[in-house]
Amino acid sequence: MSSTVLNTALLIAQVLVALAMICATFRLLRGPRAQDRVLALDTLYVNTMLLVLIFGMREASAVYFEAALLIGMLGFVSSAALAKFLLRGELIE
Amino acid sequence: MSHAASLPPVLAMVIALLAVLGAALALIGAVGLLRLETFYERIHPPTMCTTLGLGLTLIASMLLFSALESRPVFHEVVIAVFMVVTTPVTFMLLVRAARHRDRADSHDPVVRRKQGDSTRGNPRE
Repeated sequence: MSSTVLNTALLIAQVLVALAMICATFRLLRGPRAQDRVLALDTLYVNTMLLVLIFGMREASAVYFEAALLIGMLGFVSSAALAKFLLRGELIE
Repeated sequence: MSHAASLPPVLAMVIALLAVLGAALALIGAVGLLRLETFYERIHPPTMCTTLGLGLTLIASMLLFSALESRPVFHEVVIAVFMVVTTPVTFMLLVRAARHRDRADSHDPVVRRKQGDSTRGNPRE
């Protein structure tokens, strides 16, 4: 009984996070400016991290936790680098 | 998922509720990112994904693994601390870059919005 409840709830959570990723992808494609795309990319990686965590809960293995930690670190570095690029690219112009 | 059959039903309900609530908050944040008008409004909703959405999911994960391994598991706190530290840094850099770009294009999006004109029709997009 508790296993079915948990399994169904985690499936629903995965579907909700996938919908959130679709919303972020729309914003990524539509723009309108570069900072909106960077923001959408940031949201996308946070949602990917959530998806990996929920998948790890479904599989009940601790390996996915490390994958989520790696996604978080690389996502922070890439978002910060893109924001710095937006700031500096305009300065050079 | 046979490993979860050993969980007490109340704990399973709590974990299920936290996971669904966290995912729903992440979805609300993404919908806000999609629907709001200007960039300075749009930067607010994704913080819901990173604080509440991620936090509730991490609490659910901590509870589940603590129950499954029958010992306290705290390593999810690392992700929570990391995200709490890094998200404001990223967004402050991004807002600073956006302010700089808007000034370089010599238009203030706040003023444009009050005139009933959003950034959508901007020719320099």
